[in-house]
Amino acid sequence: KQGQITPTELCRKCLSRIQRTKFLNAYITVSEEVALKQAEESEKRYKNGRSLGDLDGIPVAVKDNFSTSGIETTCASNMLKGYIPPFNATVVQKLLDQGALLLGKTNLDEFAMGSGSTDGAFGPVKNPWSFSKQYREQKREQRRPKLHREREGSSGGSAAAVSALTCFAALGSDTGGSTRNPAAHCGLVGFKPSYGLVSRHGLIPLVNSMDVPGILTRCVDDTAIVLGVLAGHDPKDSTTVQDPVKPFTLPSLTDVSKLCIGIPKEYLVPELSSEIRSLWSKAADLFESAGAKVIEVSLPHTSYSIVCYHVLCTSEVASNMARFDGLEYGHRCDVSVSTEAMYAATRREGFNDVVRGRILSGNFFLLKENYENYFIKAQKVRRLIANDFVNVFNSGVDILLTPTTLSEAVPFLEFIKEDNRTRSAQDDIFTQAVNMAGLPAVSVPAALSAQGLPVGLQFIGRAFCDQKLLTVARWFEQQVQFPVLQLQGLMDDCSSAFENEKLASVSLKQ
Amino acid sequence: MAARAVWLAFRGGLGRRQAFSTKANVQVKARVAERTSPVTHALRFIPQGSGRITVEVIEHLERLALVDFGSREAVARLEKAVAFADRLREVDTDGVEPMESVLEDRCLYLRSDNVAEGNCAEELLQNSHRVMEEYFVAPPGNISLPKLVNKNPSYTAKW
Repeated sequence: KQGQITPTELCRKCLSRIQRTKFLNAYITVSEEVALKQAEESEKRYKNGRSLGDLDGIPVAVKDNFSTSGIETTCASNMLKGYIPPFNATVVQKLLDQGALLLGKTNLDEFAMGSGSTDGAFGPVKNPWSFSKQYREQKREQRRPKLHREREGSSGGSAAAVSALTCFAALGSDTGGSTRNPAAHCGLVGFKPSYGLVSRHGLIPLVNSMDVPGILTRCVDDTAIVLGVLAGHDPKDSTTVQDPVKPFTLPSLTDVSKLCIGIPKEYLVPELSSEIRSLWSKAADLFESAGAKVIEVSLPHTSYSIVCYHVLCTSEVASNMARFDGLEYGHRCDVSVSTEAMYAATRREGFNDVVRGRILSGNFFLLKENYENYFIKAQKVRRLIANDFVNVFNSGVDILLTPTTLSEAVPFLEFIKEDNRTRSAQDDIFTQAVNMAGLPAVSVPAALSAQGLPVGLQFIGRAFCDQKLLTVARWFEQQVQFPVLQLQGLMDDCSSAFENEKLASVSLKQ
Repeated sequence: MAARAVWLAFRGGLGRRQAFSTKANVQVKARVAERTSPVTHALRFIPQGSGRITVEVIEHLERLALVDFGSREAVARLEKAVAFADRLREVDTDGVEPMESVLEDRCLYLRSDNVAEGNCAEELLQNSHRVMEEYFVAPPGNISLPKLVNKNPSYTAKW
């Protein structure tokens, strides 16, 4: 905005950076021509002094389960390979209306099912931090320095894209932690808005009652800017609330003494790595020494949230995946004996094991004889879990502070030893309950582990108090001063550019 | 008071694992220990072997879902999933209403019944593999999937 760099130049730099970081496998589709065209239009607008706002000319990436008109949307699945939606998801449209440049669609787990971005049809996403200088320096003594790490929730591609400095913000989706989990592993701010605040129209649904579009950025201010653009009622999504929403700037929080931070004791599980445990403790100390009230709270039904999620998710998935029959869009196989045979064969070819497993489980839980015992029961447990949170917030707590993940990113080979469902059950433990209750939550990078990999902490707020949540998160971010990713081999090329535009720690407020 | 003690235990002693075992954890462990082996913890599960998935159920599910299991591992996974879900029985939900949506205390938005968009038949037809004029072409309907004849269905059966 200060004329240091034009949108087209910025766009080109980001595109070339995407090329150089191709080994991360973060992008499924790179929409070069579209982005450059948008960049030119943005430049014209700036020249005429008529920029559309803060996001004008800023490159963003979008997870590949958001529909984008004219750009292939696959959900990392063979079922939708080659599918080009005829419309834009509402959130994508809102970004484009503000002049953002759409660089491409990012990789994910197939249909966003999973917690490692390892099960998509286009291969796993690599964590940029495993190639960072910080990580390499720690691993100096190891015999196998080439061990790469994944474990990035299911919005892994979006996280890798933002983390590797190829774009300034990315859209993810959050059903059980899919935005916050990769954000923690990639040292980013991963934000899950309150359910009903941001429109889901165009987001290919996984679990209708828990899905939310998520925002991944490098700092909390950027998240606030993007949220201000995306939030609001959408007539095309009847699950968005009608409360009026205005874009906001986060106030600087200088006085935290009026704040009450809750620490849920059930989140202190044995599997939590000692590093994260101590980090959690230090963060609590930080708040306390700044004058805030830090108390322990209880969410008694936490241990059942994974089971409950498992049942509800598979049931809703069974329903949502029923639309993929090969007839109107997507993959279709050549069987033409009968409609049903065609559907069955198409779905067998189009879905991977994870998706099929969930569909079958979901159908099992929805069988007449099982409906009451599993599905309805899970819905009741869901209410208990949501009530836990309500009770805690009603007792005067403003924000909850928890870890985001059990540990730092785990090596790929270790990760794939367990199957998808077990991994999801383990990794989503801290992030999952929030989706059941529809509350806003944000993962803020807190520190680097002893291995040089990022670790994040999660803040949970009251429903529709997203602004307050982000304000507290910003205060924490400023206290922590998380280090910047230094990608080896790419630093030399870009160092001059970095000095000019401070890309490394840049915020959208230029 | 007890809570404060527990809180202090959590905050003190960074290196001592024992100090971080809170009372709550012990409680959860005790609850879970009834159903699982003592070595495991709240997160893991052990397949209970509760109700093996019968061939009829397999067929029924494949027919309903129009997705096949594909392998014996898939059936085993379903059994594990069901065993995992059985943990829900431990929770006391007497008098609790099921929750369908977190926005249940708000009215559903209904817009007025006016045509706002549409007329995009051509665009929609473009995504399909087989169309004829303005129709999606489908194979003949009303023909059920063939039943699996043997007791041990082959998971590579071609339709």
